[in-house]
Amino acid sequence: MFDDLRDLYQEVILDHGRKPRNFRRLEDADRTARGDNPMCGDRMELFVKLTPDGAIEDAAFQGRGCAISMASASLMTETVRGKSPAAARELGEHFRNLAMTGTCPDCGGALEEEMERLQPLSGVHEFPSRVKCATLAWHTLNAALEGSGKEATSE
Amino acid sequence: MNAPIVNPSGAPVFDIERIRQDFPILAQQHRGKPLVFLDSGASAQKPRQVIQAMVRCMEERYANVHRGAYRLSEASTADYEAARAAVARFINAADPREVIFTSNSTAAINLVAHSWGRGVLRPGQAVLISEMEHHANIVPWQLLRDDKGIELRVARVTDAGELDLEDLAAKLADGKVGLVAITHMSNVLGTVTPAERIVAMAHEAGAKVLFDGSQAAVHRRVDMQALGADFYAFTGHKLYGPTGIGVLWARLEHQERMPPFLGGGDMISSVTFEGSTWAEPPAKFEAGTPPIIEAIGLHAAIDYVSAIGMPAVEAHERALVDHAMRRLSDVEGLTLLGRAQDRGGVFAFALDNAHAHDLATLLDRAGIAVRAGRHCAEPLHARFGLDGGTCRASFGLYTTEGEIDYLAEALTKAREFFA
Ligand SMILES: Cc1ncc(COP(=O)(O)O)c(C=O)c1O
Repeated sequence: MFDDLRDLYQEVILDHGRKPRNFRRLEDADRTARGDNPMCGDRMELFVKLTPDGAIEDAAFQGRGCAISMASASLMTETVRGKSPAAARELGEHFRNLAMTGTCPDCGGALEEEMERLQPLSGVHEFPSRVKCATLAWHTLNAALEGSGKEATSE
Repeated sequence: MNAPIVNPSGAPVFDIERIRQDFPILAQQHRGKPLVFLDSGASAQKPRQVIQAMVRCMEERYANVHRGAYRLSEASTADYEAARAAVARFINAADPREVIFTSNSTAAINLVAHSWGRGVLRPGQAVLISEMEHHANIVPWQLLRDDKGIELRVARVTDAGELDLEDLAAKLADGKVGLVAITHMSNVLGTVTPAERIVAMAHEAGAKVLFDGSQAAVHRRVDMQALGADFYAFTGHKLYGPTGIGVLWARLEHQERMPPFLGGGDMISSVTFEGSTWAEPPAKFEAGTPPIIEAIGLHAAIDYVSAIGMPAVEAHERALVDHAMRRLSDVEGLTLLGRAQDRGGVFAFALDNAHAHDLATLLDRAGIAVRAGRHCAEPLHARFGLDGGTCRASFGLYTTEGEIDYLAEALTKAREFFA
């Protein structure tokens, strides 16, 4: 009945959804932000620790939500580690493209490897109501990096 | 598929296949699968009779109402007022003037909160709602509380999803409650509240009563004269009518005491720059050009369900509820929210290994439309520890037992998918 949904719910996503990586508080975080999708009830709190020169040393999150939002946050915390805030933001832009259109023609170059890791989430582009589940974590990361202290939503 | 439902005289009155043919949208396929529309609680599909009545209005009898002394405007005014009379008959109101047209339930409840709430309730009095309210029957009272210094009380819901009448009584006891504003049927739990009991308890304590009948009016015959409430709100689009029209039934004595809510054309008797006088109720509360075409559509919808007969609609739904209760209880890992004795065809549920949104995406793939989230009842989901939301299947006239079987089967497969 649901075999064709394996494109959306690839094994990687189900796995990260069930057992999200970096699912913990960072007590010594330099930046935190909350993300909320009021419509879905997805909620997360993101923690970022920076190195002395401002790169992302560690990222972790806690929260609850659908498999897509949890998997996306989990994969994000893995891929942004070691990135400068600017690179993390650029990666987020690429990812939003991927989530909305299914491809990202300009995503080669320095971030190619990271984009490959995020590729399993590209299936959401066929599900307009689910795109924001995938992008919530990245909106929250931007809010954390800006240090605006505002709650992020992907509305 | 369904056993024919038999009325007391023994004749089958509910021909589901014929009913389904009245709803053009139900013929749709979704990825090669028939559409299984289980979101009628959010908004119902429309029968051809409603669609055609609205088209006919625009093609043949349309002009603004209450304004022109020419044939078309007179025809349109007559049709608009005939719609009001039809609503009055449908809910057995004592007088058509008790029927105020609004844009939906939300607007109807806000009208009471703004006008009666600000004009008649006094600071220090309380409004008593329940834990199972839709946001439309929570937020207007919070606004009133913040604006006017009234108290907002919340009656509890039991674990079975029923209104806790003891708690309701306790919260009425000090006589400070000026209004009990409660749903007549929960849009999440399906619970039908004991409306007559609530009216008796409230009136005994000196409080007026508003029912949010958005769900109940669709599923049962509601009778204003028998019920004896003060205000009753419902919305056209859930009753197989168009969007953009709702009803506030309000006793004339309350309408007399209520200041206008919106000001403008149609609600005045005379205007000078020094001041204005108001039209008689219900026009006083219908400022501006009303939803004319929508009123015609609502009239057609009421004629449609009345021809089938609300008792038959209710019997069909009762059979569906019993069937769904059996079939959904058999699905492993499925939690049903609410097990009220008296309930309508609304089932909120959660699967133990899938989030509501993931589940809804799967069901969509199977052609099944259900709602996922908190269904505008966030406090109720918090009450049951389901902040992440639930999926909700809600039934209409055209829902079949076969569709419920298909849902149960899809839920079992969905659980395997996420295993
Ligand atoms: C119980 C209840 N109250 C109020 C509403 C609001 O109806 P509307 O959006 O038409 O104003 C709904 C439907 O969404 C409902 O189910």
